[in-house]
Amino acid sequence: MRMVMTGNYASAYGAKVSRAEVIAAYPITPQTSIVEKLADFVSSGEMKAKFIPVESEHSAMAACVAAATAGARTYTATSSHGLTLMHEVLMWASGARLPVVMTNVSRAMAPPWSVWVDHMDSVAQRDTGWLEFFCESNQEVLDTIIMAYKACESSGVMLPAMVIEDAFILSHTSEPVDVPDQELVDSFLPPFNPALKIEPGKAMGFGSLVRPDQYMEFRYKAMLAMKEAHDRFLRVEKEFKQVFGREYGGHLDLYRCDDADVVLVAAGSAASTARDVVDALREKGQPVGLARLRSFRPFPHDEFRALGAKVSGMGVLDRSYTFGPAGAFYTEIKGSLYSCPKRPVMKNYIAGLGGRDITPKILEKIFEDIQLTAKRGGGDEVEWVDVNGLPRRWR
Amino acid sequence: MTKSYEEIPLTPISDSPSTMNMTGLWRAFRPVVDISRCKKCTLCWKFCPDAAITLVDGVPVIDLKYCKGCGICAYECPAECIEMVKEGTG
Repeated sequence: MRMVMTGNYASAYGAKVSRAEVIAAYPITPQTSIVEKLADFVSSGEMKAKFIPVESEHSAMAACVAAATAGARTYTATSSHGLTLMHEVLMWASGARLPVVMTNVSRAMAPPWSVWVDHMDSVAQRDTGWLEFFCESNQEVLDTIIMAYKACESSGVMLPAMVIEDAFILSHTSEPVDVPDQELVDSFLPPFNPALKIEPGKAMGFGSLVRPDQYMEFRYKAMLAMKEAHDRFLRVEKEFKQVFGREYGGHLDLYRCDDADVVLVAAGSAASTARDVVDALREKGQPVGLARLRSFRPFPHDEFRALGAKVSGMGVLDRSYTFGPAGAFYTEIKGSLYSCPKRPVMKNYIAGLGGRDITPKILEKIFEDIQLTAKRGGGDEVEWVDVNGLPRRWR
Repeated sequence: MTKSYEEIPLTPISDSPSTMNMTGLWRAFRPVVDISRCKKCTLCWKFCPDAAITLVDGVPVIDLKYCKGCGICAYECPAECIEMVKEGTG
């Protein structure tokens, strides 16, 4: 059924049509309306699930871990400080190989206190072993939740997934969203039935101590699972398209990149703005393209290498900063391209932190700058965009 | 004993409870209860982090197979009837 709804309601409907059986969540701006909507669904009987109110996000994830260990399909949602409070248990969920699915409404970390979009929270969880999908539209949020359950619950994967909405830009903005028929979703997504689960009357310890002579083999298996998640998700999306008629471009969504000379990599809602900017610049004859980073984990290593071999310039927009040599997306993409015989000139743009607008004009200037940098054969690698006090004007 | 990554489950799973680990071997100090002064308040039983205390007629009986000798029971006992005695002495 086609409805007009916010990204947060799209998340709630995504969990509902996926038939999540246990929901444990703690409210936090700007995620709260996801939890409210799900609580409504459960209390009205519209959704058959156990709703566990908890006293913190750490407990929320712990409850999801326990429920998933018992074989339930679980869902939670959080944002920024809530996500970072979960950090320890996020590691547990992936290490215990539990396919929990969560929405993270990506929001800046404090201080300075901020409730607006920034990818620092999600990016900071990259090493927890969760799949991370950055979404561009409310429809994509809903659809990705369904796809994430299907991909993550397959026996070769069994890893948790985070579906990421940009705070307010998606979470509180209404768009037309198609909520697929329950029967259709049921035909696509079978009930969760893990090979191993805790059962009453059967004493078993999960995630128990292993000695140094056995630990690495478990981590090796998890690494293989993340690789498998890459291929599995592509197959799931293909099947999703056959059933629901929608697709989102795999792990690295390429827009007008085929004959592009320079491309910009961006994730989340900024990619949506960049699409329009690419169209406008193409009309002016500029050979530019957009590579939307959809999944940060599994990381689209081969996709970037294929793209990097074709273009002369690649800009990477990071909506977070990691206090290393550059932004996280940039550092990883550069790492993927390093061993390519032919690689583009690269430049990192740090922009839009704490909800600062990434306007079409700013993106136009970024494309202009990448083209110039590529022509020059390089230059300063990292530039902070639209910072008051810096000499360059972006607005 | 060490297995290939292909032979192990997704996450380590043990089919026996942790009581197979005789944690009493770790002990340096042993709790000794003077039952004559016990007020049967059950606090030692409640606080024991290893569930190594059972109550018999309200009075603590310490399972030395599991008691690590942490001394929490002695610290909590309002009647001060539990004494920690160094192993190998007394």
